[in-house]
Amino acid sequence: MIEIPILRFGKPYESIETVTLVHHATGEPFAKVHQANSGMVRRDMVRMADDALEKFSTADLIAMARKAGKLFMSATLPLGKSQQSFDEYIAQLSCTTGMPITYCRDNAGKIASVLEKMDQVLAGLTRGLDLKVLDDGYSDASGHMLSFYRAGRVFGAVLPSNSPGVHSLWAPAMVLKAPIVLKPGREEPWTPYRMIEAFAAAGFPREAMGFYPTDHGGAGELLRTADRAMLFGGGATVRPYENDPRIELHGPGYSKVILGDDVADDWAKYVEVMATSIDRNGGRSCINASAIWTPRHGRAIADAVGKELAKHKALPADDPNATLAAFANPAVAEQINNVIEHALTEDGAEDVCATHRGTPRLAHIGRCAYLQPSVVWCESREHPLANREFLFPYASVVECPAGEIADAIGPTLVATVITRDESFAHSMMNHPNVDRLNVGVIPTWRISWDQPHEGNLFELLYRQRSFQFEPAA
Amino acid sequence: MFMNSVSGASIDERATAAKAALDKHTCEIVAWHFDPATGTPFWLDYASKLNWDPRKEIKCYNDLDKFDFFEDEWLRQGKVRSWVPKAYANDPIYTFETGGSTGVPKSRINIKDFRIDYELFSDTLSDKTFPRGGDWLMLGPSGPRRLRLAVEHLCQHRGGICFCVDMDPRWVVKLIKSSRLREMHEYKDHVVNQGLTLLRAHKNIQCLFTTPKLLEALCERVSLVDYGIKGVFCGGTQLTAQFHRFARAELLEGKIDFVPTYGNTLMGLACHKPFDPADNYSVIYHPPSPRAMIEVVDPDSPRKVVGYGEVGRARLTTLTKEFFMPRFLERDEGIRTKPCEAYPWDGIADVRPFSGFATPIVEGVY
Repeated sequence: MIEIPILRFGKPYESIETVTLVHHATGEPFAKVHQANSGMVRRDMVRMADDALEKFSTADLIAMARKAGKLFMSATLPLGKSQQSFDEYIAQLSCTTGMPITYCRDNAGKIASVLEKMDQVLAGLTRGLDLKVLDDGYSDASGHMLSFYRAGRVFGAVLPSNSPGVHSLWAPAMVLKAPIVLKPGREEPWTPYRMIEAFAAAGFPREAMGFYPTDHGGAGELLRTADRAMLFGGGATVRPYENDPRIELHGPGYSKVILGDDVADDWAKYVEVMATSIDRNGGRSCINASAIWTPRHGRAIADAVGKELAKHKALPADDPNATLAAFANPAVAEQINNVIEHALTEDGAEDVCATHRGTPRLAHIGRCAYLQPSVVWCESREHPLANREFLFPYASVVECPAGEIADAIGPTLVATVITRDESFAHSMMNHPNVDRLNVGVIPTWRISWDQPHEGNLFELLYRQRSFQFEPAA
Repeated sequence: MFMNSVSGASIDERATAAKAALDKHTCEIVAWHFDPATGTPFWLDYASKLNWDPRKEIKCYNDLDKFDFFEDEWLRQGKVRSWVPKAYANDPIYTFETGGSTGVPKSRINIKDFRIDYELFSDTLSDKTFPRGGDWLMLGPSGPRRLRLAVEHLCQHRGGICFCVDMDPRWVVKLIKSSRLREMHEYKDHVVNQGLTLLRAHKNIQCLFTTPKLLEALCERVSLVDYGIKGVFCGGTQLTAQFHRFARAELLEGKIDFVPTYGNTLMGLACHKPFDPADNYSVIYHPPSPRAMIEVVDPDSPRKVVGYGEVGRARLTTLTKEFFMPRFLERDEGIRTKPCEAYPWDGIADVRPFSGFATPIVEGVY
């Protein structure tokens, strides 16, 4: 069986406690993941050399990240006591998460792309700042003195299992000179481990990287100890940290496609962008749409989008046509299905996809469970299913007068607003409910990596200081 | 040690002797608690409603299965005097509490049991690493718990003076349940800071009782080796094999003795099987037979003890003249282990909260 150790200061450490991951399709034990006790996480973090990356220039680190991106996609890299090729990584990732092989490859490509284009990513995060300022501490190139210091000395991340693409979000921290401490998602240790090995092979010092599979208590210690951190999780997970400025939260996205009053009668033109916003990447990301808001024609939109999404069928993860992820733990799929079915008993909502699917939402192949797409028409935006997000292609469709939409949608990670009405677009632009705003026929999942995502990692890790400099006579 | 010293005998022979002693002790304790002259009002009342006589029918330890499972609700009914055996009616009575984060805590009366338990436990400690005459720091749950007085008595029994710090675990549980983690850590720092002040001021403190979390917090701030600590007695919450290894090798730098313990107000305290690298840091406890027993039973059929190496729920039985508690299903589970050299009766390994409860227990936090 594959064994994935803890990496303490970049070095493998085998714990007495392990968690066994099973193959999602067979249920057979597949990998053992060594578990760090919470005290170890904190003890190591306070001992980490927070200046381990300062001996490199930012330009060097960008070049090393580029190399890491190539290695991530092609090299055979260490995995505990064994070695892992790229194809093995993809297969292992699919085995424990149930994600289709094709999606695993797509997501790996996203990560490599961010690493290889790190200069562009940083240009976006810093708004074109001359990055030499991060090496020298100050710059006056444009006639204005600028100085930054590292507020985030050690950066921690509590990571999810839902989609490997999210690992591209923490990767710039290494180039911004912050040593990292990662707690992987339970079923997805593969990507962060491989990224660390790619970084190491590209020349990043091992002591600047920690990998600590651990429990809830260990995650809490990581978040408490890190100077700055990223936390992925459901609403209940992120809620205790809502007022902690050290921690960038990545909770549920509640992303939406919104039709303006001026285009609502032409809704049929936008069925494709609505459907792809919901189903891309298996519908598992926070940037997938979980609702469509329109001033009218809601029932017809739901029916048309439902018909489109009903084409997705449960297929084994290694089928090249697979588009839905299997639930490695079938009980989770059953629980989600029960939640939806229970809410549908309340008047005013209908899963219009059901007719087009012709099969129940919950499907099984062997021991695996799948949730097939659902589009729920809600007569009222107050219905319990109107603002929910689930780990499969799910969306509600609700009607709302255009003038009320900005106030009514609630927190929204990505809003794709389809309109030609500038005042409506501005109403969305001015509203704090929306984190990422796309105006136009742009799928919610189309991410420009030079744009901040749920916060700006550079602003999290650096603080600007007032600075004056006069060389001594 | 508790009662294992039949020198020259094999473990099997000693186990047989221990079983015989347990049977005899059980009969004496049942006779005591159900005797109208010496007995405990609660049990006398209980017996009056039975259609059998415990004094006649309990002839060995296994006969205790004739009783219902002990219900902890019985200790919450506000009738604490009903638990005082008539023979001790005029003695000074302590009451120690367990639970109580919400609702009425369980109360157990005590007269000398805590002292006897910890004096017996003292015999298991090394004089080298828990030196006689060395002072102690008690950095753990205080207030109505027996632990504070018990550790202090252990220290005094070994000729030391015990320095104590207040610590209220019920407040910690409340903070955790309401997600007030920052306040929880502030409170922990408050406790640890007081402990460090005492360690700095009193150079003869050589022994420490504390909980796993507080040990981590102390060792984050200082090297206990540099502070002259020679032995650490650790308990109060779950203690995993990985923590055991981490504590010995890293927190205590491989230079301080580490003695984990498992106990509670109702049973007393169990001893840790002497450290053996072959156990791979598995924390194995043996009860203080015959004064108390821990058995690992099938959660679905708790009259049945599971096989060696199998996981089951911890079932406690307390057999002292102060307190009789047959067949209490504890909120923990663990692995049944075989008798060992030091303790020729069954043990329990890798104790953790019982996984069969629908709601997780807030545990391991202080």
